[in-house]
Amino acid sequence: MIAAFALLLAFQLAGEALRVALHLPVPGPVIGMALLLVYLIIRRGPSQPLRQTSGTLLQNLSLMFVPAGTGVMLHAGRLVDEAWPITIALVASTVLGLAATGLTLHFLTRDRKTGETP
Amino acid sequence: MSPPDSMTEIWVYLTAQPLLWLTLTLAVYLLAMALHRKAGGHPAVNPVLVSVTVLVSLLLATGTPYQRYFDGAQFVHFLLGPTTVALAIPLHGQLKRLLAMGGPLLIALVVGSLTAGLSAYIIGALLGASAPTVASLAPKSVTTPIAMGIAERLGGLASLTAVFVILTGIFGAIFAAGILKRLGVKDDASIGFAMGLASHGIGTARAFQINEQTGAFAALAMGLNGLFTALTLPWLLPMLSPLLR
Repeated sequence: MIAAFALLLAFQLAGEALRVALHLPVPGPVIGMALLLVYLIIRRGPSQPLRQTSGTLLQNLSLMFVPAGTGVMLHAGRLVDEAWPITIALVASTVLGLAATGLTLHFLTRDRKTGETP
Repeated sequence: MSPPDSMTEIWVYLTAQPLLWLTLTLAVYLLAMALHRKAGGHPAVNPVLVSVTVLVSLLLATGTPYQRYFDGAQFVHFLLGPTTVALAIPLHGQLKRLLAMGGPLLIALVVGSLTAGLSAYIIGALLGASAPTVASLAPKSVTTPIAMGIAERLGGLASLTAVFVILTGIFGAIFAAGILKRLGVKDDASIGFAMGLASHGIGTARAFQINEQTGAFAALAMGLNGLFTALTLPWLLPMLSPLLR
């Protein structure tokens, strides 16, 4: 478990290093994810401990948003003052983004799917 | 009557320690998860929403500043990094399907990403939100660290963006599956990809609750949308803003 966790941290570190060295606009962990994916393709899949450790972390992904989410208290004033524009913009744009993505992919892959399943 | 005094002293000592707020963050989250299970996994009883509500109430009731809370909670926040890296494992598991759908996925990415980002900016601006608020709204569908970086380049506030990102994620986690079903989008790949694109990690966490395949597409969409938005929004929005004044 410690070895698997160290491996995840090492890929994150490599991602951070690449981001700083090449001035990339993407955060280190996302670059680290891409690097680990390449490593997994070369290695033909994760080891059992890596699969377990990652599974445990991913099952608790929600927890990791709690500290930043609690920061909502810092912006109470602005959120109250601009409640309507913020609420409408957030809700409408999220629904539009969901619909645009979901419908586009659904229609582009529909034929393929009807071909697979009768 | 010395007990109340010593109790107060212990409390004053503990509230200044990172340990108290770290422990409370985990305890409140476990409680929220138990509540989530008790509600039969109903998406409205979202664990992030419940945890944040309880913790903010606790902090306000005890007069604890957010910075002191974060001194403890940062250890949980830190795990976001290695967990993002770990998303490579489900991605690898679905690699064959992802590659087979490469073209449609890229088209859906461009359409969805531009729709989510630009509509937030335009609607916010038209409804009269202030400039920093609008700039903080635009990257709200993108995973927190990327969104904060984009908002700063657009003249937004990084910490306000983090709040918008999380509110968007909670909204997506609660409503996305229902909205997509109503639109007739029923396959795992499209649902997952839309959830990850529009509501990043929180939507991805919810997608993994549906099944691993939905989760893998959500994780891919989250990563791709972060990359695509970081490359497009910072030069698209300055071109758009004179039109909205």
